[in-house]
Amino acid sequence: MRQVMTAEDLGRVTRRIAHEIVERNHGTSQIVVVGIPTRGRPFADRIAAALSDIEGSTVIAGSLDIGMYRDDLDTRPRTRIGPTTLPEAIDGKTVVIVDDVLFTGRTIRAALDALADLGRPGAVQLAVVIDRGHRQLPIRADFVGKNIPTAVTDRVSVRFLETDDEEGVWIASDESE
Amino acid sequence: MRHLLTTESLDRATIEGLLDEADGFADVLVRPIPKVPALRGKTVAMMFFEPSTRTRLSFEKAAKSLSADTMTFSPSTSSLSKGESLKDTVLTVRAMGVDLMVVRHKATGAPWRIADWLDIPVVNGGDGAHQHPTQALLDCLTIRQRFDSLEGLNIAIVGDIRNSRVARSNIFAMTTLGANVMLVGPPTLLPIDPENWPVTVHHHIDEVLDRADVVYLLRVQTERGGGSGFPSASEYTQRFGMTAERFRRLKDEAIVMHPGPMNRGVEIGNDVADNERALILQQVSNGVASRMAVLFRLLEGQHDI
Repeated sequence: MRQVMTAEDLGRVTRRIAHEIVERNHGTSQIVVVGIPTRGRPFADRIAAALSDIEGSTVIAGSLDIGMYRDDLDTRPRTRIGPTTLPEAIDGKTVVIVDDVLFTGRTIRAALDALADLGRPGAVQLAVVIDRGHRQLPIRADFVGKNIPTAVTDRVSVRFLETDDEEGVWIASDESE
Repeated sequence: MRHLLTTESLDRATIEGLLDEADGFADVLVRPIPKVPALRGKTVAMMFFEPSTRTRLSFEKAAKSLSADTMTFSPSTSSLSKGESLKDTVLTVRAMGVDLMVVRHKATGAPWRIADWLDIPVVNGGDGAHQHPTQALLDCLTIRQRFDSLEGLNIAIVGDIRNSRVARSNIFAMTTLGANVMLVGPPTLLPIDPENWPVTVHHHIDEVLDRADVVYLLRVQTERGGGSGFPSASEYTQRFGMTAERFRRLKDEAIVMHPGPMNRGVEIGNDVADNERALILQQVSNGVASRMAVLFRLLEGQHDI
């Protein structure tokens, strides 16, 4: 298990991505931030807090449960439905989907379908802590904390204090286990 | 467990897990598009050998809200009337490509027989006077949404217990979740051996009014022979009906429930049925969410409930 980002690194990445979101969208008035459980949630909360700091108006992050939209429900271990909460209606707004790791792109595909059932955003953008490559779908992130080259069999673990007892990013290779 | 046939064998964690999921699906049902693609490509067959409208519609809505396809079997138009056996009928429908069957049958135990014959999950949609597990789930969900937990609640089930699969399913589910269940009815409509059940027995509704947190009124079921259990509708109302006067004697936060269809003026007063503490329509809405939870749990992945 190799640590590739510290808690301090995560803080810097969060602030930088928040600035990029503000820059790209000319402010936050049209922005709705939604995190994908489990670890997209704390990251979304932090981005929302950073956006609030930068622009001086409160941004609240929502939660987008994508379990029911997965394309591998037949083969996964048990999937449970979780809460989906939106801070406001998304019609016409720019929705920033937030997740911890971008890998195959299938989670984001499911998230786009889930969003479409909740309204019609004007635009959708994607922010992730780690882009580890190996996409199986034509999906890319708009805001990336760190690009990390990985083997398909590697496991990338982003941890937040809200969901884990430590904070940072780690990579475990199969052979090191 | 691959099927949902009875509440008697369900442990507390399983019931609470299903109720948690049902709460999640209840949120789906109020979205702009009240539907998720979770069971796309699955087919649910409604095998209703005994007529039913509300339960069948509720299961259909649940299946469709999960994007499953549905097929409906009704005995009056089927080959059963040409003499085909029950086994051949369900095997035939299974062979068409069905992933789950919801079975309602007037004979106690029919869903178990069908579950034995088939290699797919079976949900008991009501068998005779025996079990109706999804009704119990939706009732427990409704109570839990009001009181947060069933632990320690006093729940009075009033009426024709002997002929009621709703009562049987609820007694086990509610007591498993920690409630105290009181059965209220004339001796003719109570089970013959209530001492084997985790309940107390009362013969007049007035005995439980000051204690009950939930008063669950059963329909007087004339089609199962309940009509012979008491002299007249007005006499039933006198001893067991939830009249406006009795409703006023309930605790302030107590609620009234009914599985429907109601006989207004018999087991429930007209004004009581429309009171905001009568959660009858909420029960109906929760029926769809609860059945979504059951269908999803039985059809998703390759594992047990």
